[in-house]
Amino acid sequence: MDFPVDLLVNALVSGLLLGGFYAAVTIGVSISFGMLDIVNIAHPAFIILGSYIAYIANSVLGLDPILASILVLPGFYLLGMAIYHIYDVSFERRGDTSIRGLAFFFGLLFIAEVTLVLVFGVDYRLVEARYLGTTLHFGFIDLPMRLVVPFLVSIIMLVGLQLFMARTFIGRAIQAVAQDPLALRLMAANPSQIKRIAFGMSIATASIAGAILIIIQPVEPSIGREYIGRVFAICVMGGLGSFPGMLAAAVLLGVVESITSTFYGPSWSPAVAFGFLLLTLAVRPSGIFGRA
Amino acid sequence: MSDPILTVSGLGKRFGGFVALADIELQVERGERLGLIGPNGSGKSTLVNCLCGTLRNETGSVAFDGRKLDGLPAYRRIRLGMARSFQLPRPFASLTLAENLRVPILYATGGQGRGMAVERRCESLLEMVSLAEKAQKLPGDLTQIEMRKLELARAMASEPRLLIADEAMAGLSPGEVDDILALLIRLNEQGVTIIMIEHIMRAVLAFSQRLVVLVAGRKIADGDPQDVVRQPDVVEAYLGS
Amino acid sequence: MRNWTFVSVLIVVAFATFFGTRLVGNSYAFFAGYVVLQYIVLATAWNILGGYTGYVNFGTAAFFALGAYSTVVLHKTVPELPLPLMIAVGGIVSGAVGIGTGYLTLRLRGTFFSIATLAMAVVMQTLVTNWSFVGGARGVYVIRPDESPIFDGDYIEYLFLVMLALSVIAVAVARAIEHSRLGYGFAAIRDDELAAEASGVPTLRLKLIATALSGGFMGMAGAPLPYYVTYLDPSSGFSLTYAVNTIAMPLIGGTSMWLGPVLGAVLLGTLQQAATVTISSALSLLIVGVLLVVFVIAAPKGIIGWFRR
Repeated sequence: MDFPVDLLVNALVSGLLLGGFYAAVTIGVSISFGMLDIVNIAHPAFIILGSYIAYIANSVLGLDPILASILVLPGFYLLGMAIYHIYDVSFERRGDTSIRGLAFFFGLLFIAEVTLVLVFGVDYRLVEARYLGTTLHFGFIDLPMRLVVPFLVSIIMLVGLQLFMARTFIGRAIQAVAQDPLALRLMAANPSQIKRIAFGMSIATASIAGAILIIIQPVEPSIGREYIGRVFAICVMGGLGSFPGMLAAAVLLGVVESITSTFYGPSWSPAVAFGFLLLTLAVRPSGIFGRA
Repeated sequence: MSDPILTVSGLGKRFGGFVALADIELQVERGERLGLIGPNGSGKSTLVNCLCGTLRNETGSVAFDGRKLDGLPAYRRIRLGMARSFQLPRPFASLTLAENLRVPILYATGGQGRGMAVERRCESLLEMVSLAEKAQKLPGDLTQIEMRKLELARAMASEPRLLIADEAMAGLSPGEVDDILALLIRLNEQGVTIIMIEHIMRAVLAFSQRLVVLVAGRKIADGDPQDVVRQPDVVEAYLGS
Repeated sequence: MRNWTFVSVLIVVAFATFFGTRLVGNSYAFFAGYVVLQYIVLATAWNILGGYTGYVNFGTAAFFALGAYSTVVLHKTVPELPLPLMIAVGGIVSGAVGIGTGYLTLRLRGTFFSIATLAMAVVMQTLVTNWSFVGGARGVYVIRPDESPIFDGDYIEYLFLVMLALSVIAVAVARAIEHSRLGYGFAAIRDDELAAEASGVPTLRLKLIATALSGGFMGMAGAPLPYYVTYLDPSSGFSLTYAVNTIAMPLIGGTSMWLGPVLGAVLLGTLQQAATVTISSALSLLIVGVLLVVFVIAAPKGIIGWFRR
């Protein structure tokens, strides 16, 4: 029998590249949920927002989408800080994070999606850039640049954040606030302020993730919902608060989705992530790669 | 020699690499007043959690009234007659004081509890801790000591035969300590076995018939309170080296 | 007010509503009223698990659409089955799925449960989209009978009456739970699950009961939908609108008692029906989203909270 090896290998490679991208999408939630214990299910909405901003910059100003996302990074950071402030004052301080906090982010997700529909309509949008049409070929392996470039950007972002978390004072303070807010206070750092910075960073990553998303695929407002499941599935599988675990889970998800899509058709791929999530929650909630 | 109400054999608990409890052996006689002391972090609350089923111990076993508790979830252990009060009071914030007591009455005691009988029981429990006038208030309106009393009343609402009072007196004034002490002694006189976990030495010594000392997850002393406090390793654990 | 007195009052109000709507003389009143009643059931159902027990369900669409699609299956296999029986089946199927999901996820923290409900909604939608028997992505047409089977009138009036009955049942159940032994167990779980367990409450079992009740009622609310819309496809059946409305209505109305979801459903439901005809449906949805966020920040106890002071 002629087993389609080249199809399989290409699916694996695309899955790997896709997985790197998924890690970039998830890193923001890894910070907000994994370290700050804030269930920001609206994160994909910020990513889609980033995609649309990249789209405007690209179609109106002719800017490269990734460049555009870096330019608006400070804006996203400030937005993140503002949202954390509202969340902190309204919910965290009142000790009412569960129902109302979740509903708050759900409301934001919804508002973002409906506003985008009102402004841009439901058509798919995409970006143009010179390098996007090319594909590198190695034997029967195809490496489309529209997957390679996002993968590289993701890796750079991940490595950068990992170094920041491990080497800088603020980075280590962020890791500390997750584990022991009291000790942090004793070290003359204000937990609220640290959390605000961290959440700001989390939203800032959405800016870049949005730009590379629209490079990989055309975007329309409701796409965010598919990513909620992927993002949280990766967080849970990878073990909360662990970047390397998250990357491994992201790659695993990317590969499985890619193979499912190649052999069974793309209409099944949203279910893969969610299926993974339900399974992980049921069987090993601390994550496949996480600390036990 | 009556059979003990609680038997703990070889109990151990780890959190990842950290050993919180190792090889704990303990027997508590019916109607006894047992004091449990130890420095911060010695594992006292972990032990309580393992006894009550909030945490699962990896090794060893616990037997209550001759019956093995291994694997039994917390809510079943309560129904067998074991109750605990929390170190930091955990009231049901949206329910009134009377309703707070309703929950264990409805769920932890045998009876279905219809109407008037439940109301009367709530009232008498609140009277026992002198909170009867505040029956319709919310826990948010209470002072620290009133919350502690509510916590104890709620533990008593399940009609336990063994009550574990986890640092019920922490942070209270001397007069308030005496109040709680009197309450616990009264309960014991009604036949309830009590394990008191405390840091306030005069209360522990006044209350306990027997004293157990826990240091770094291990039991290092078990006997007459006056003898135990004079043991060199106990003195060292408290005063440091 | 004792439970049976309350139910009697509800039934009287229901009949008054029905005959009042007939007096309007325009069948649009029944169409619009059906939607509001549907939301009363959905909001009340959500609140049993959300407001009473403290577990947020984002996957309303899954249970709701499950009810709708179970009717589609029944309609294709045993179309003579009376609607109330189809509703019962829808409720049982949804309730069972609720218990299943609950068993997988309710042993974890509340936030994981909420995420899992979102996940389940998408999985369910994907499954239905790939199932050609119920039309798959293309959707399915269901023929609405012309006349009501039990009285002299249009079928839409019958649907309205059925949904009215379902609302009465849902609200009656919710109120009966409130001061019952079950209700106190729910409240204890919501306020402090650890302390509840330590007070003898079998938390997992009660959470499963709440999930079954909540999911079951949502499924029953969805069961008549195919006859109402006559064309059903996954994207409309699983629409996010249901999820947002179902959460917004109790949170805006107030989660502490049965009246909150009813208030929220009537107010928001009527608002949306009016807005859809006057402005646009997308804009009216935006208003719901904004109201949800505003209320959650500024008025956590909902409309009921304004009056309870």
